[in-house]
Amino acid sequence: MATLEIRDLHVTVEADNATKEILKGVDLTVKQGETHAIMGPNGSGKSTLAYSLAGHPKYTITGGTVLLDGEDVLEMSVDERARAGLFLAMQYPVEVPGVSVSNFLRTSATAIRGEAPKLRTWVKEVKEAMERLHMDTSFAERNVNEGFSGGEKKRHEILQLELLRPKVAILDETDSGLDVDALRIVSEGVNRVRETGEVGTLLITHYTRILRYIKPDFVHVFSAGRIVESGGAELADKLENEGYEAYTKGGVSA
Amino acid sequence: MAEAQNIPVGSTTAGQIAVAAESTVATRMSAPASFDVKDFPVPHGREEEWRFTPLERLRGLHDGTAVATGEGVKVAVEAPEGVTVELVDRDDPRLGKAGTPVDRVAAQAYSAFEKAGVVTVPKETVLTEPIRIAVHGEGGVSYGHQVIELGAFAEAVVVIDHTGDAVLAANVDYVLGDGAKLTVVSVQDWDDKAVHVAQHNALVGRDATFKSVVVTFGGDLVRLHPRVAYAGPGAEAELFGLYFTDAGQHQEHRLLVDHNVPHCKSNVVYKGALQGEGAHAVWIGDVLIEAKAEGTDTYEMNRNLVLTDGARVDSVPNLEIETGEIVGAGHASATGRFDDEQLFYLMARGIPADEARRLVVRGFFAELVQQIGVDDIEERLLARIETELEATV
Repeated sequence: MATLEIRDLHVTVEADNATKEILKGVDLTVKQGETHAIMGPNGSGKSTLAYSLAGHPKYTITGGTVLLDGEDVLEMSVDERARAGLFLAMQYPVEVPGVSVSNFLRTSATAIRGEAPKLRTWVKEVKEAMERLHMDTSFAERNVNEGFSGGEKKRHEILQLELLRPKVAILDETDSGLDVDALRIVSEGVNRVRETGEVGTLLITHYTRILRYIKPDFVHVFSAGRIVESGGAELADKLENEGYEAYTKGGVSA
Repeated sequence: MAEAQNIPVGSTTAGQIAVAAESTVATRMSAPASFDVKDFPVPHGREEEWRFTPLERLRGLHDGTAVATGEGVKVAVEAPEGVTVELVDRDDPRLGKAGTPVDRVAAQAYSAFEKAGVVTVPKETVLTEPIRIAVHGEGGVSYGHQVIELGAFAEAVVVIDHTGDAVLAANVDYVLGDGAKLTVVSVQDWDDKAVHVAQHNALVGRDATFKSVVVTFGGDLVRLHPRVAYAGPGAEAELFGLYFTDAGQHQEHRLLVDHNVPHCKSNVVYKGALQGEGAHAVWIGDVLIEAKAEGTDTYEMNRNLVLTDGARVDSVPNLEIETGEIVGAGHASATGRFDDEQLFYLMARGIPADEARRLVVRGFFAELVQQIGVDDIEERLLARIETELEATV
């Protein structure tokens, strides 16, 4: 069973000629089949956690370990992490001009699966996945994220999630900027992947809204670079009613 | 590429649309066009047409100090049956019909060449194989003149391939009879030290179709001046260009489409990738729609993809419209950067860094490569792009 183990993770970032510690000792274990929601106020370090796990060069790991099935993730390059089974659905997916969605998806699937998918089954696979996400087939001919609306970008991220079948999926504020219809479609996509039981999901969100569609097994409250409270789905209800104030007003020793 | 977004440091993109009766693109030149080098003062570098060019790297082509050497370049022409290939003297009446030199180097070339090449495709002759002109630099200084003339309703593809090392200034004339169809592919695949300055003049006959594909990879300094004018209505010109500018290279393409007769079309698409310290690409796209050119339909576009720090792009489209009675006129210029975020995104999907870069550059050029229509050139180009990319990583 695939397991992502984060132990005492410390991360800094360079900003305004100063080094700032953003993550201050994160501990978290995500197992295949589990869904963990990480919730927290703006600036608490949620996205830093997501990007650090994926290996974004902007972040410097200063301490701790991250293991995926016992393998040291922090030693891997960004593409190696993806091939090892980590997937990051980004909050702000990047435009890649000149590269069509269909070319991108196939290149990516080839890299992740270790061999080029057979063309005929691949075309069908992509087409069906796109239909499930209510994406027009003309999407495949557009350049990656170029001119996509916010909802289209997020659906495109979830399309990749469905096609690449990672061991651990990190969804960074996938719900932000979505209207209710788009949120439902995107959530259904995530749920299809979860129902396979083959993915561990780390759902990072600012709002509880998405948790009505994607039921987490665990909820963690993130504040000042650490997990400050963990619980079951009921913790989200508490946050819904009380907000983050209890965690941001000195309730935590950072 | 996002329109004019994402502009790297050290690059400029500028555009202007002028509706003017007096100040035309053609008259912005500091001296009027002339065949005689003496009509042009030696440029000092601040003139509009020279301000982007490093004069000190022209090896004397601009100031009269570059003296032709015996074995400057070797020219070999391979032509299918039915085509006439000649070397003619300076006084041949077929020379200089398509256009007049617009700067000192072009005039120097016209004043200094000894023999001109003339390739003629007789009227109504439709070639199935390309005419190939191999221009190979032997390390010397050379001035050249080449004429390619198609009779009425003739059809031909011409590949002009520049390789080796040379300091070369030349004029190339394309004369298209009524209803003729000419595709010219000019490949600048020079060695690193070569200097190549050329003016291409196309005179496109009534209902004729001219397609120019300019592919620039090599050289220390390449400065080309593809120009089009029309001899009758109903004609069409497509000007495609593709360049890959490496560290230290200066590659400059200055285009002019002169809509001087009514009901003609033009479409200009130039795309360039740049990498390395001191890589400098210049694109000037001038389109002039003269008052009499009603029914004109024109579009010009320049796209640049900057792959590394230290490269510079100057991209200046100019559209001057002297009549409102046109079908369409547009232009666009954008310079984008293959940045760390794009690289991260692709790598986060399992794609290794070098493959990610290839994916982006191939995608950037794909559409244009397909426009070439000459198989072996397309293949060579794709292979060359691969080689250029390997040099980056």
